[in-house]
Amino acid sequence: MAFEPVLSRNFNVPGSQSIDVYRQRGGYRAIAKALEMGRDAVAEEVKKSNLRGRGGAGFPAGTKWSFLPPNRTVTYLCVNADESEPGTFNNRYIMELDPHMLLEGILIAGYTTRATIAYIYLRVEYHKAYRILQKALEEAYAANLFGKNILGNPDFSMDCYIHRGAGAYVCGEETGLIESLEGKRGWPRIKPPFPAIAGAFGKPTVVNNVETLSCVVPIIDRGAAWFASIGLPPASTGPKLYTVSGPVKRPGCYEAPLGLTVRELIEGKDFGQGMQDGKKIKAVIPGGLSVGFLTSDELDCKLDFDDPRKYGLLGLGTAGAIVIDESVDLRQVLMNIARFYSTESCGQCTQCREGTMWIYKIARRIASGTGRLEDLDLITEITATMGMMTGRSICGHADGATFPLKTLIKKFRLDFENYIRNQKGVAEVIAAQ
Amino acid sequence: MAWQVINREIAAAPADGKPLLTEEVKAKIARFFPKYETRRAVLIPALHVVQETFGNVSYQAMKEIGEFLAVPPSEVLDTMSFYSHFWTGDRGRKVIVVCRSLSCQVMGHEALLEALRRHLAISEHETTPDGQWSLMTEECLGACEHGPCMLINERLHAKVRPDDVARILADPNCDKE
Ligand SMILES: Cc1cc2nc3c(=O)[nH]c(=O)nc-3n(C[C@H](O)[C@H](O)[C@H](O)COP(=O)(O)O)c2cc1C
Ligand code: FES
Repeated sequence: MAFEPVLSRNFNVPGSQSIDVYRQRGGYRAIAKALEMGRDAVAEEVKKSNLRGRGGAGFPAGTKWSFLPPNRTVTYLCVNADESEPGTFNNRYIMELDPHMLLEGILIAGYTTRATIAYIYLRVEYHKAYRILQKALEEAYAANLFGKNILGNPDFSMDCYIHRGAGAYVCGEETGLIESLEGKRGWPRIKPPFPAIAGAFGKPTVVNNVETLSCVVPIIDRGAAWFASIGLPPASTGPKLYTVSGPVKRPGCYEAPLGLTVRELIEGKDFGQGMQDGKKIKAVIPGGLSVGFLTSDELDCKLDFDDPRKYGLLGLGTAGAIVIDESVDLRQVLMNIARFYSTESCGQCTQCREGTMWIYKIARRIASGTGRLEDLDLITEITATMGMMTGRSICGHADGATFPLKTLIKKFRLDFENYIRNQKGVAEVIAAQ
Repeated sequence: MAWQVINREIAAAPADGKPLLTEEVKAKIARFFPKYETRRAVLIPALHVVQETFGNVSYQAMKEIGEFLAVPPSEVLDTMSFYSHFWTGDRGRKVIVVCRSLSCQVMGHEALLEALRRHLAISEHETTPDGQWSLMTEECLGACEHGPCMLINERLHAKVRPDDVARILADPNCDKE
């Protein structure tokens, strides 16, 4: 049986961004239903669906909401639309092609968690999404979906504002996001307290990814049992918007149940459709840069919440695959990744700031042709002490840096030894010195 | 609903003694007040408003934003300098931002950058002497399926080949959707 699209069902419908088309297609039915069900029943339904966060960490959404203290007076909802993980762009598809689905998810989550304000923290580079969301919000306000006594309900009032970021990867980390929202530099906070207890402006706060919130709509509309039957239950339930980029025939964003294999995503006729111009796969980053590398022999890895770990990866991440073909010089790849984590480190934690900086320097040495074999061990050693003193840095940035760097060196060690022994440096790197 | 485009026509020249933030600009910033619990939280929206109005955030502007929001100017600088999107100096009327992250690299961002450098006769982080163009690089723009890609002001250009550069830049509307 072919998979019936859930999150992308409106993507190809003409006028999908307008509230009228969204309504014609059954939109805003779920929020009306949620208001009838009442908060506790909605919360229970989301728990039963076992919806896990799509922003990278995979934390169960229903459980997260239940951490809010019962006697709170103010609650904030922060919608994480910072989407800056290299290789990831599914949130952009949702916001550009079906903004009202996100807004309805925000409404249901806001109602359930008693949020009075939802802030959509949108990365500044998403200019098109910004315009489309602004328009969608205006339409929703005009239809009494936001503001006071939503849909005539005396017990539900909420505002929704777009808060534009200003170019910083670490502001996607939930407490970096909150600091940035408060008008400060995006330095992640030491946890606990977790945002559910003391988040934005010190108040109980829920932070959820755009795709996570979008999933709440079909959960309420069609029921938790239906949602939980999709994918690989019980751990990995529901549909997922995968992205694939690099030299594949059809790079883009595609929906399938959780548990699609990396091979299907790259080669499947409904997905990437294989490599361009007879190129051969050298390596794949299957879930956004931070999860790490698979070799071309590991493409049976399933994109769910468990399987990637068996391949030495950080996890599912964002399920955004970057495909690297054999013509690419892996030293350039190493340098690119090292630069990314080094320049995006917020600098608070010594091991992250210094570790990423030194790895970048070593990566440049290798790329310039003056690397030494010991350098490979040095990188491995730094990655072992930088992030994977797990939980010893303030946020997950160091862990995110560790996985691509260590898996690249480990899984492609022979290539790197060969470069170091036999190859000249990369011309551009030498020229830049 | 206005699509806020950064104004690249007006240079931010702190006039002698006269405040930079006009009542109109202040009113724009004040519209954000009811949205947040604190004035401090209006800082990033205010920086956006100022950069959109004046083309940059000068030190004079930082001082005045600080006064308006009751935030010490040093804190304004502290916040603004953390983010790559705000700049203090002049930039070209059209700012090209080339993605340099992994997916775009694999798809040939270096050749694209080289074509841009040659065409404009500048390097990254430089502005042409006539003030028309700045060339920047950024990490992943979230448009990896279009790699190699670049933004010109607010418009995204997808799958840009080195041969396309001259044609794209010749179009006066290359920064508008
Ligand atoms: C360095 C770093 C960057 C992150 N960037 C993002 C991001 O861009 N978008 C996102 O949704 N989550 C991001 N996260 C994960 C968030 O911290 C958080 O787990 C997530 O927003 C929670 O939402 P979810 O439970 O719905 O997935 C990032 C985490 C780290 C450590
Ligand atoms: S890597 Fe260039 S847009 Fe993502």
